[in-house]
Amino acid sequence: MSIMIDKNTKVIVQGLTGKTGSFHTEQALAYHGTQMVAGTHPKKGGQNWTGSNGETLPIYATVGDAKEATGANASVIYVPPGGCAAAIEEAIDAEIELIVAITEGVPVLDMVRVKDKLSRSKSRLLGPNCPGVLTPEECKIGIMPGSIFKKGSVGILSRSGTLTYEAVFQTSQAGLGQTTAVGIGGDPVKGTEFIDVLEMFLADDATESIIMIGEIGGSAEEDAAQFLIDEAKKGRKKPVVGFIAGRTAPPGRTMGHAGAVISGGKGGAEDKIDAMERAGIRVSPSPAKLGETLVDLLG
Amino acid sequence: MNIHEYQAKEVLASFGAPVAKGVAITSADEADSAIASLPGPVWVVKSQIHAGGRGKGRFKELGDDAKGGVRVSFSPEEARANVDEMLGNTLVTKQTGPAGKQVNRLYIEDGADIARELYCSVLVNRETGKVSFVASTEGGMDIETVAEETPDKIHTIDVEPSQGVTAETVQALVQAFELEGQAASQAEDLFPALYRAFTETDMSLLEINPLVVLKDGALRVLDAKVSFDDNASFRQEGLQKYRDLTEEDEKEIEASKHDLAYVALDGDIGCMVNGAGLAMATMDIIKLYGAEPANFLDVGGGASKEKVTAAFKIITADPAVKGILVNIFGGIMRCDVIAEGVVAAVKEVGLKVPLVVRLEGTKVDEGKAILNESGLDVVAADDLDDAAQKIVKAVKG
Repeated sequence: MSIMIDKNTKVIVQGLTGKTGSFHTEQALAYHGTQMVAGTHPKKGGQNWTGSNGETLPIYATVGDAKEATGANASVIYVPPGGCAAAIEEAIDAEIELIVAITEGVPVLDMVRVKDKLSRSKSRLLGPNCPGVLTPEECKIGIMPGSIFKKGSVGILSRSGTLTYEAVFQTSQAGLGQTTAVGIGGDPVKGTEFIDVLEMFLADDATESIIMIGEIGGSAEEDAAQFLIDEAKKGRKKPVVGFIAGRTAPPGRTMGHAGAVISGGKGGAEDKIDAMERAGIRVSPSPAKLGETLVDLLG
Repeated sequence: MNIHEYQAKEVLASFGAPVAKGVAITSADEADSAIASLPGPVWVVKSQIHAGGRGKGRFKELGDDAKGGVRVSFSPEEARANVDEMLGNTLVTKQTGPAGKQVNRLYIEDGADIARELYCSVLVNRETGKVSFVASTEGGMDIETVAEETPDKIHTIDVEPSQGVTAETVQALVQAFELEGQAASQAEDLFPALYRAFTETDMSLLEINPLVVLKDGALRVLDAKVSFDDNASFRQEGLQKYRDLTEEDEKEIEASKHDLAYVALDGDIGCMVNGAGLAMATMDIIKLYGAEPANFLDVGGGASKEKVTAAFKIITADPAVKGILVNIFGGIMRCDVIAEGVVAAVKEVGLKVPLVVRLEGTKVDEGKAILNESGLDVVAADDLDDAAQKIVKAVKG
């Protein structure tokens, strides 16, 4: 089993005809035959996209047209930041179940508007500014490098793209493998929070343990810790390893991700680590020891 | 992007917010005409730097008994004397760090007869995903202290994105601020105006501390701090005139030209990493092994060889750097591109300090081959842990 996506997921690409969209669509098609079924472009509807290895996909003018023609239930967005909110809104209007926005640098007030619309819709949004989601040997949506994955039992969720790769790499090396890896993205206002993904991993029978990677800024890690405490009281509990990036970051400075800033005395690493440890999460002291810490925890 | 107080007031005034009359100056020659253009009897001379705590700050060059970075003056002569004492000197506040910041601009403002000081800010509430007003009757002081000691005196009021500031929002704010009479009726215009200013110029923070009720009962924006969302700069070109490069670190300016996320820090190990989370984690692991990072640098996802070269040059140009750690986990980023960029940069500017490189992910074998064949004195590392230990050992001996 897995969460969010599997071999039956059919994916539309919004922004397929750009350089990034093209490259990662080729990668996804090459990854265990992920079902990338169509692209969209307002002016190129009716044409075909051809990848560098001769792959072709039909292009539709709108997400609605593409969904109707292909039966797609997911979309991935590679459009530039200025058009990202409109692309998400189009996918919401087409009632796409899972929308994955890879785009980095979306204005935060655009996301305020999108999140409001999302709350009145049937769609789930992952991102923006996220690496996507991958279920090993079944489906790859986004930009995660497929070669480091191994089918297995660990559920991975992270605010950071490259730290997701560290967790995947280390759990593959340790022989554990992954059920699904989910990057929720580094922006302050986003579609999916840790709690949403934790709920899915707790409910997924194949997921036997979890690695959660947070960073400074906001209170999502504290909320997630409280969620795990509450669920444990109901008897729902799985071994969890955690990590927080940004222990050494100075207050008031934004560390690359728009969401990674310690402000108003809130969002510091030590508070998050305390909250996670109180929830029974084993916090890894180093980003290089995520796999080792999990192996140790599992005994 | 952060801007100065006087610029923030200019933006707010253009949306109809009440501010005092004032003149910004950058040289003492402009002082007399600026002072003469204001009615008195009170002139306030305010240091314009991108840091808070100016009033309680101290000038490095002046004695301990000298006044701070915001000075109330009761005659034109006193105002002029304050200008001469402040301009060009270095103000140290709790937000500047011990080095302080040189005061290159002053704002001379008409004094206010204050009855009450309030705290008002507008921000994006990441817990609800909405724009929120934060309101407190405890203005003029450090809001973090208020939050810690009397959290019940801080009210957070969300604005529904589809509705904007409604009569109910204004009513909630009037109650939170305990406004009456003229101030309460002025609030009906002020709070919608602040929300419009925030959303139409893509602010990420608007802080008015204090918002004051004057003795005549009117509201006035007495101090203002504004930050804009850099992600929206593509549609806010008109705001670029407010950017003050003298307030920014030279290396950070150079980095922003190449679209690199760079933050200068105090340590001696330069870092080049892809991804913000991994870049922070790399700083953390350096510290874990007993050294300090000289910078945060995220080269981003699809960086070109030129961008990597520019990044490497920024790191080597920092005289504090005693060693460099390159840590790449290629997803979109290809390891061969990183290797080519590093080799090109070293050919151009040389390499005088130890360099440890850890490559993993997309095109890792190609990247390692390029470094091997370059003849550069590179220490290769197997993983993040190994890399951190090797660079700390190389720098500390």
